[in-house]
Amino acid sequence: MVEAAANLSSQHLISNLSDQEIAEIRAEAAHYEYPQAASIEALKIVQKHRGWVSDESLREVARLLDMSAEQLDGVATFYSLIFRRPVGKNTLMLCDGITCWMLGCEKLRETIQHRLGIDYGQTTADNEFTLIPVTCQGACDRAPVMLKNMRLHSHLTPENIEPLLKGSE
Amino acid sequence: MTEKPLTRHIDPSRPPFDLAQYEKAGGYSALGKVIRDMTPAACLQVLKDSGLRGRGGAGFPTGMKWSFVPMGADAPRPKYIVANADEMEPGTFKDRLLMEGCPHLLVEGMIVGGYILQADVGYIFIRGEYVEAARLLNRAIAECREKGFLGNNILGGDWSFELHVHTSAGRYICGEETALLNSLEGKRATPRAKPPFPQVSGLWGKPTIVNNVETLCNLPALIDYGAEWFKQLSLTEDAGTKLYGVSGRVKNPGCWELPMGTPMRELLQEYAGGMCDGYGLKTFLPGGASTPLLLPEHLDTPMDYTHIGKLGSRLGTGTAIVIDDQVDFIGAMKNLEHFFAQESCGFCTPCRDGLPWVEKALGRLQQRRGQRTDLEWLQRATWMLNMGNTFCAHAPGAMGPLESALKYFPEEFASRVVEPKPQPGNSQGKAAASTST
Repeated sequence: MVEAAANLSSQHLISNLSDQEIAEIRAEAAHYEYPQAASIEALKIVQKHRGWVSDESLREVARLLDMSAEQLDGVATFYSLIFRRPVGKNTLMLCDGITCWMLGCEKLRETIQHRLGIDYGQTTADNEFTLIPVTCQGACDRAPVMLKNMRLHSHLTPENIEPLLKGSE
Repeated sequence: MTEKPLTRHIDPSRPPFDLAQYEKAGGYSALGKVIRDMTPAACLQVLKDSGLRGRGGAGFPTGMKWSFVPMGADAPRPKYIVANADEMEPGTFKDRLLMEGCPHLLVEGMIVGGYILQADVGYIFIRGEYVEAARLLNRAIAECREKGFLGNNILGGDWSFELHVHTSAGRYICGEETALLNSLEGKRATPRAKPPFPQVSGLWGKPTIVNNVETLCNLPALIDYGAEWFKQLSLTEDAGTKLYGVSGRVKNPGCWELPMGTPMRELLQEYAGGMCDGYGLKTFLPGGASTPLLLPEHLDTPMDYTHIGKLGSRLGTGTAIVIDDQVDFIGAMKNLEHFFAQESCGFCTPCRDGLPWVEKALGRLQQRRGQRTDLEWLQRATWMLNMGNTFCAHAPGAMGPLESALKYFPEEFASRVVEPKPQPGNSQGKAAASTST
């Protein structure tokens, strides 16, 4: 229950999560009958503040939501937008859906490989960029598309993608 | 009256309506009408009479689905209504338009639907990447709370309802109704066995309705103008309008609200502007990556559930993917099957292990390293991974385009097979030797 989650957090010293993170997670948990329902949103909150979800963060979130760490890790590793490893300052998520594939996403991938020296799942040595493939982004009328830091960029070409490969927006 | 109940308030050149603008344009009149003048049973009858079918892909009659929810004082509580906004089927881009273009329409649809079901809580389950849509929906919900359209004793009646946005974090399987419920409970999104059906035992074991965004967005106008009006919007027996889309090598890819039953030829030629110069139409998937291929000869068939079903395909989401005559066809098939293999939840063996085999076989054919055994495996997969052999419809959905591709374009597959060179001593060598003597 939501009250249980509130009690739990006051019983335990939450050293790893900030007050802000705990407040945001509690606000989400209040939307549901059981705190576990907020697990995905809680992991996303931690990720928003820290870039990824470490083992330490995972344990603290599990405690806050009345789950075992193993249970929560099962959830964390299932969902593709939860990062259990550190990523670069900027995440590039290239859509590899069928329409983007037909309209040239592989050329964009080659451009990124050439320009930044990274392929899917890799991070640049300067920790600026991580490249990840994503499924169809529901913007097939504007293909090919890419998310940079969760912002959609459309009608991409090997030429007009260049500015997006130059650090933070 | 309107001919475009879904998109009449959408204008991409300006921000979406806020609550005041939406009300001024006639919004929330359906909410007022149901609470002041209609019983939930009377509303459900309108829904049944309208012939509205689920717009998420399956096309199940919405009124019938909703009629299984327990009603009255003895019904288990809380009851839930969930909008499936996990739009992730490759080639589908219609719910994004609705939510970004007019978030209040979905919110009103959810509240009206909640009233019909006498639900206590609603959730909009939206994919994690739709950040802007989630922001707009949260703002619309906050406006409604302020105005008294959400919360306790809505519009002075005795019905109370809360609505929340749940943002997800990837995985196509979340769009499967029962997997969505597990995901909403904060678990891995593996599908559940049916029965029990969610209408009776859904979220936390309580009565739950899950419907696609477009389905729910039809409710306000349906209540305002009635079932007969809704039926006459369509060109065929399947009622209402439909958000159709076309993407691929066409001049003007896009998404349009048109009468249900509009043929693909009209979508392709008049709305999508025809194929790009230098490209011809080879085949198309009528409504997303899981819908079996159709051919140019099918262009004049009305795009509705019944007619497309008769061709052995499905209307699906109504957003068509055009495959042109210059694309690497086997590469396109591999791309589709890669998606399904990657997105398998892993719960049942045929899907988890079978789909990667399919992808690998297609990969070898694409690289012209394929053998006859690869082709045989693909043929076998179309029944081994099909309905009845898997836990949910994910792998059967993946087999839809593959099975139709093998049927319509066998030469594309056969031409990629490399026959092993006859070696001295093997059976083929012996056969060759014996015929030469």
